[in-house]
Amino acid sequence: MKVALFITCFNDTLFPGAGKAVVTLLQRLGCEVEFPLEQTCCGQMHVNSGYEHEASGLHDRFARVFADYDAVVSPSASCTAHVRERIESVGGKVFELTEFLIDQLGVVDVGASFPHRVTFHPTCHSLRLLNVGDRPLRLLREVRGIDLVELDGARECCGFGGTFAIKNADTSMAMLSDKVRHVLDTRAEVCTSADTSCLMHIGGALSRGRTGVRTMHIAEILAAQE
Amino acid sequence: MSFQSAAKVTLKDAQLRRNIGKATTLIREKRLRAVAEVPDWEPLRDAGEAIKAHTMATLPEQLEKLEAAVTAAGGVVHWARDGAEANAIVASIAKRVGTDEVIKVKSLATDEIEMNEALEAEGIHALETDLAELIVQLNPEDKQSHILVPAIHRNRAEIRTLFEQTIAQGQSLGNEASAIAEAARLHLRNKFLTVPMAVSGANFGIAETGTIGVVESEGNGRMCLTMPRVLVTLMGIEKVLPAWQDLEVFLQLLPRSSTAERMNPYTSLWTGVRPGDGPQEFHLILLDGGRTNVLADEVGRAALHCIRCSACLNVCPVYERVGGQAYESVYPGPIGAILTPQLNGLGSAPSLPWASSLCGACYEVCPVKIDIPSILIHLRGRVVREEKSRLTPEALAMKGMAAAFSTRRRYEAAQRLAKLGRGPIVKAALPGWTAMRDLPEPPKETFRDWWKREHGEG
Repeated sequence: MKVALFITCFNDTLFPGAGKAVVTLLQRLGCEVEFPLEQTCCGQMHVNSGYEHEASGLHDRFARVFADYDAVVSPSASCTAHVRERIESVGGKVFELTEFLIDQLGVVDVGASFPHRVTFHPTCHSLRLLNVGDRPLRLLREVRGIDLVELDGARECCGFGGTFAIKNADTSMAMLSDKVRHVLDTRAEVCTSADTSCLMHIGGALSRGRTGVRTMHIAEILAAQE
Repeated sequence: MSFQSAAKVTLKDAQLRRNIGKATTLIREKRLRAVAEVPDWEPLRDAGEAIKAHTMATLPEQLEKLEAAVTAAGGVVHWARDGAEANAIVASIAKRVGTDEVIKVKSLATDEIEMNEALEAEGIHALETDLAELIVQLNPEDKQSHILVPAIHRNRAEIRTLFEQTIAQGQSLGNEASAIAEAARLHLRNKFLTVPMAVSGANFGIAETGTIGVVESEGNGRMCLTMPRVLVTLMGIEKVLPAWQDLEVFLQLLPRSSTAERMNPYTSLWTGVRPGDGPQEFHLILLDGGRTNVLADEVGRAALHCIRCSACLNVCPVYERVGGQAYESVYPGPIGAILTPQLNGLGSAPSLPWASSLCGACYEVCPVKIDIPSILIHLRGRVVREEKSRLTPEALAMKGMAAAFSTRRRYEAAQRLAKLGRGPIVKAALPGWTAMRDLPEPPKETFRDWWKREHGEG
C-alpha cells in the first residue's frame, strides 16, 4: 500500500523521532511511504485560538498537498481530528497511526520488541474526537517484552490544550501535577501516547521534577526491535 | 477579574481543592453507573437534542402557546426583557400581597438577575430554602460555586460552624449530617407555614398544557410550591417545551445526569391555579435577559439547550481544580464558559471561552449533546474578531505564523529560526511554558531535513 505521511509541523520541527518511527514501522509492514515536502501546518492552532480566518489558507493548502494520495497517516490524533472535521475533501482519508494499523492494515502485532515498563496516556482528542478506543493498547499489548501498566485517571486531560497551557498556565499546571502523580504511581520508566504535544507537556514536568521517567511517542515503541 | 487571575486565587485554596475534587469524583462515578443502566441512553440524548433544537427554531410560537395555556388555566403571564423588569414585577406583586418576606425555591434564573439583592433593596427579604443555597446565603462573604450544589466548596465541618453561628444561635450541633440538617429544617419549617408568597424558577414550561415543572431533591420546593397563597415563577424563555410528552425524555435525562438518580425525589408539576388546592394566585414571568441575542448566533445558540444538570461541571478537569467561583458567574464550568459571555455580552467575560483545554469531557456527558468545545472555539473567534485589536502581540504572531506556513520555503525558513530560538512562536510562548515545565532539547535536524537526506528532494 502506498501512503503519504502527514507529519504535522509540531513533530517535523520538534519531534522528528516520531516521524522516523512511523516511516520505519510502515515500511516494515510493507507500505510504500511518501512524504510530500510541500506540507506545512494544518491550521489547528489558529482555529482553536480563535483565528479561523488565518487558517483557511492552510486548510486549502493541506487539501491540495494531499489530494492525490489514497491514504494519509499521521502520528497525531489531535491534528488528524482537526483535518477530518475541517477539511472535507481529504479529511476522510487521513488516519491516525493506530487507526491506520488496525483498521486499514489489519495488524495488531506489528513485530515490535520493547522490554521496558510502560504506561499509556490516551489523549483527549484520540479518545473523544477520533474515538480510537483501545486500539493503541491492543497494539502495545502485542509488543514483545513490554510491561504495560495501567494509568489511573487515564481519561483525564493532562492540561496541555494548546495555548491553554500558556494562557491558563496555573490551571494547566494543576491538571498536569495530577497527571504526573498518576504516571509516577505506575513506576513506569516510559510514558507513551499518540500525540507528542501532550507528551511534551507531561514530559516537561517529568523532566523539571528530575523524575527520570521519559516520554516516547507510541510509534517509537511500535517501531522498536530492542 | 479575568478567569486566569481568579483561578490563580482559588487554585491555592487547599481546602476548596479537596472539597470540590472529592465531591466531583464521587458524583462522576455515580453518574456513570446511573447512565449505564439505561439501554437507550444515546437515543435519549439524540431525542433531547432534537426537541431542544425544534423548540429554539419555533420559540416565539411555543411561548405564545404557553402564555395562552397558562392564562386559560387561571395564571397571569408577564414578559420581562431583562432582569430589572423581572425584579420590578416580583417586587410589585410582593407589595400588593403585603409581605416583606418571600420564600424561594432554588433558581438559577433568579440568581442570574440578582433578584434577592433587588428585593432586599425594596425592603423584601428573599429566604433561600434549598439547603445549599441557604448555606451560601447565611454567609454574606460566600458565593455559589456549582449549578446543582451551590455549596459544593464547603465541607461538613464548615457548614456545622456556620449553622452554629447563625440559625442554631450558638447551640452545638455535633458532627452528624442529620443533626446539622435538622437545624436548617427547624429554621425553614416555620417559614413554609407562615410566609404568604413564594418565588421559584422552572425546569420546564409545557406550551401545550401550560404546565410548569420543578424537579428537586429536598422537598423544600414542594413546600414552596404548595403552601403559600401566591406563587411567582421566573422562567427563562428557553425553558419552554412544546408538548407534555417531551417530559418523558427530559425526566429521564435530567436526574441521571445531575444527581445520578433514576428519578428525582420530588417532581412538582402544576397548571395555573385550582380552587382550594395550592396557591390561589400564580404568576409566570418569562425572562429574555439576553437569550434572544444568543438565539441569533447560529453556532452559539445551542447553549440555550442546557437543562442545568451540571454534568459538564462534574467532569470538567478545569472546574474540578479552580472551582465555580473563578468563573464569576452563576453559571460556572464549561456551560458557564459558553453561556455567560453570550448572555451578558462577550466584552463582559472575554477570558471565559479560553477557560478550557478543549478536552471534550463536557460534550461526552451532556444529556442534550451541546457541543461545548466547538462553541468555545466559535466564541474564541468572535472575541478575537469583535473584542480585540488586530495589533495584539498574539494576533500579530498568529498572522505571522499563517504567513510562514503559507509556502514551503517560508515554512522551512521559520523552522530554522525556531531552532535558533528566535522564532515568533518560541518567543511568545516561552515564559508561560518554562516557568513550570522544561522544554525538550531541540532536535539536531528536523524531520524533513532527515527525509531529504535519506530520500532526496523528490
